[in-house]
Amino acid sequence: MEPKTTAEVSGMGHSMKRKEDPRFIRGKGNYVDDIQLPGMLYMDIVRSPFAHAKIKSINTEKALKIPGVLAVITGETLAKYNLHWMPTLMSDTQMVLPTEKVVYQSQEVAAVIATSRYGAADGVEAVEVDYEPLPVVVDPFKALAPGAPVVRTDKKGKTDNHIFHWEVGDRAATDKAFAEADVVVKQDMHIPRIHVASIETCGCIADFDRVNGKLTVYMTTQAPHAIRTVFALVAGHVGLSEERIRIVSPDLGGGFGGKVPVYPGYVIAVAASVVIGKPVKWIEDRMENLQADSFARDYHIHCELAAKKDGTMLALRSKTLADHGSADAAANPSKYPAGLFSICTGSYDFKHAFAEVDGAYTNKPPGGVAYRCSFRVTEAVHMIERVTDRLAQELKMDPAELRLKNFIPKDKFPYQSALGWEYDSGDYARALKLAMERIDYPALRKEQAEKRARGELMGIGISSFTEIVGAGPSKHFDILGIKMFDSAEIRIHPTGKAIARFGTKSQGQGHETTYAQIVAEELGIPASAVQIEEGDTDTALYGLGTYASRSTPTAGAAGAVAARKIREKAKKIAAHLLEVSPDDLVWETGKFSVKGAPQRSKTIQEIAFAAYTNHPQGMEAGLEAVCYYDPPNLTFPFGSYICVVDIDRGTGQVKIRRFIAVDDCGNIINPMIVDGQIHGGLTMGMAPSLLEEISYDENGNVQGGSFMDYLVPTAMETPAWETDKTVTPSPHHPFGAKGVGESATVGAPPAIVNAVVDALSHLGVTHVEIPMTPERVWRILKEKGVAE
Amino acid sequence: MATHTIEVTVNGEKHQATVESRLLLVHLLREQLRLTGTHIGCDTTHCGACTILLDGQPVKSCTVLAVQADGRQLTTVEGLEKDGKLHPIQQGFWDKHGLQCGYCTPGMMMTSYALLARNKKPTELEIREAISGNLCRCTGYVNIVKAIQSAAEHLP
Repeated sequence: MEPKTTAEVSGMGHSMKRKEDPRFIRGKGNYVDDIQLPGMLYMDIVRSPFAHAKIKSINTEKALKIPGVLAVITGETLAKYNLHWMPTLMSDTQMVLPTEKVVYQSQEVAAVIATSRYGAADGVEAVEVDYEPLPVVVDPFKALAPGAPVVRTDKKGKTDNHIFHWEVGDRAATDKAFAEADVVVKQDMHIPRIHVASIETCGCIADFDRVNGKLTVYMTTQAPHAIRTVFALVAGHVGLSEERIRIVSPDLGGGFGGKVPVYPGYVIAVAASVVIGKPVKWIEDRMENLQADSFARDYHIHCELAAKKDGTMLALRSKTLADHGSADAAANPSKYPAGLFSICTGSYDFKHAFAEVDGAYTNKPPGGVAYRCSFRVTEAVHMIERVTDRLAQELKMDPAELRLKNFIPKDKFPYQSALGWEYDSGDYARALKLAMERIDYPALRKEQAEKRARGELMGIGISSFTEIVGAGPSKHFDILGIKMFDSAEIRIHPTGKAIARFGTKSQGQGHETTYAQIVAEELGIPASAVQIEEGDTDTALYGLGTYASRSTPTAGAAGAVAARKIREKAKKIAAHLLEVSPDDLVWETGKFSVKGAPQRSKTIQEIAFAAYTNHPQGMEAGLEAVCYYDPPNLTFPFGSYICVVDIDRGTGQVKIRRFIAVDDCGNIINPMIVDGQIHGGLTMGMAPSLLEEISYDENGNVQGGSFMDYLVPTAMETPAWETDKTVTPSPHHPFGAKGVGESATVGAPPAIVNAVVDALSHLGVTHVEIPMTPERVWRILKEKGVAE
Repeated sequence: MATHTIEVTVNGEKHQATVESRLLLVHLLREQLRLTGTHIGCDTTHCGACTILLDGQPVKSCTVLAVQADGRQLTTVEGLEKDGKLHPIQQGFWDKHGLQCGYCTPGMMMTSYALLARNKKPTELEIREAISGNLCRCTGYVNIVKAIQSAAEHLP
């Protein structure tokens, strides 16, 4: 799409250089740990070495003798204020600090407050905790078996570890379709526990001003407004009132879903500041971050697909066990305990489907947040794209041909899926065909046949995913009852410059640039003259924050609608200035002119000046607007990825030789930023496919709790990603955009797995679990007798 | 805890500081000298967010004691810009969209600086090897490689 605006205005479609970068490249970003307040104290946390243990005693005497240590906060301290437990985003409960037992390794046990960072760490070493280990359960299947140790003994009458059962679809009709099908393929798969591992860890400074009774919390949060409300609800009984709580989310060093929840550390820091009356800083280290913050995934899936002999897909059925650790602390909309897993029919025209998910408690950290994806969409896409390849293998069909045969045809949009979604728009065949053309698919198949004849292992994998992002609409979506709209406020200054504030919060997405481009597109004010602010609850409008690729679909939409309201008022002012009827005016970027007399016009800057200096009688002065945007539907970005891998028969190492990603996120605000988002998303798709996993031994000891053994991809493992796009605008979004930040994380893993399975398919391999580490792949090669 | 008085030259400016033996160099820079451009992302020398130059060599300042920097020359991200003009590495990162959240960026740029000081025309593989001790979670490295290539072209 050619941009409608000039490069000077830089509206939609311009690869404008980022407005936030000048501070970052000079080392002048302002992240939480960069902030120092006068008199600030430091907090460090004592953590449990056991996954399940009774706390017999906590002795703080030695710690309190260390110079600079001011206090040790325990569960007993917080219990006095009834703050030792807190609600999770899924209306479960989670300990802030324990009074009776710990339920996962590295759980917070006590907090030391000291005058220095090092002093607090000394204090942590000196706190003596006497534990009595209890039986541990780490496997969710064992957790649901009779006689398993009960994790949540705090819940009155709870005698098992079952959290929820959720199901969607028509079970009977799906079962009938399966009974009548020619072919049924089945596959078990585990989507392992992983961690977002943003390079900045989590932390905060809680600053309670005793004189004014005001609490300011500078914190690493993707959803500052929701957090403010949660604090007001949780701590209202100790006098924190929402108008006297200010959450400031400064520059964030990545989020990816890990900075949505409220962690115990934040709450303890707030409690400490309220009690002591001084600012308290808490910054977790990397090991705390990996070992105790919310994880992602951990879905054990059984999936079945029924089809006709010719490859026509008929029905999809799945049963999943979700390991939630010690609390259901997922960051899902309230009504969706399994998130948007029901997007699992994917890009295919299924008549029947049924999905069920059960949640289980285990002795592991709580969570179930996203890892750069919209609410369990990655798990769903992994399942459908994997089982689709499984069907192709069973029928000896080319996986591209099978996909093209079963795609929802473009003329069936808006499309009603068997599991209840209305897909807004799509042209799946176009994206797959473009990817095949870009990578020369037939040539690759020929090369593969030649290599296979020589004993070399080369595979080609496809993933044609459909995402579901941009929650609301608010009639279905809320977080703890707060509806999932989002907001924008735009104020045009007398000199024609603007400030715009949003309810979301960038963590690297580039909102300061893209939101300015939206305003530029709608009003013709250069994006360089539009200041964007987010993240301060005292100034920005209420919004639900940035995650699940919702910023452009919701807050971006709000920005466009607010700008259009301003344009309506501007039109009346222009009519007044030009002494014509508003109906006689036409808008082209940046100005209103009189129909048939284009030389008679007023620019938005002239109109803005008049709004404060010469506005029509009876009209309010000023030029500003607010929009709380409630999307009528979600948006459904999609794409087709093709991955080419070579496998080393000596080591089992999988090397991604080429990877083409064709994405369709509707209309694009800034192509440079979209490309960057896709590169990053692909890398976070590759990471769990090949490298990352947080696993536990049978005693609940974390394996993968530091960057020593949690392998975040470096530039060496990461291939030179290739990207391309198709553009299918969303019909209901104000400027046709869909959201893009997570598409690649969602779409990439099955393409990589499918490529590896494809490389080994002639050996009878039908599935490989992730992460496909050299060891795991080598064991398969060994078993099949092809290891060198 | 014993303390020491040390003198370090940071970005050409001399500083005296009294430090505990155990104080990490990154904390000296960030908390005492208030040069917060150098970031902390792990505690195990893996992520590289704290990379600075110590006598011209890139080091991870979370694994160097402040006392070890006594009498030495340090360069941090704040020292890249000269006379109001961005260094070609800074310009390259901006022009090529080599950063998103910006957290790894200072360390990434300091490693790039050291690479280009010893190799004015690195290949893509040499660039990838050089930055393999610096983790980025946002960009997938594609545009970081381009940024360093662009910087190499614009070096004085």
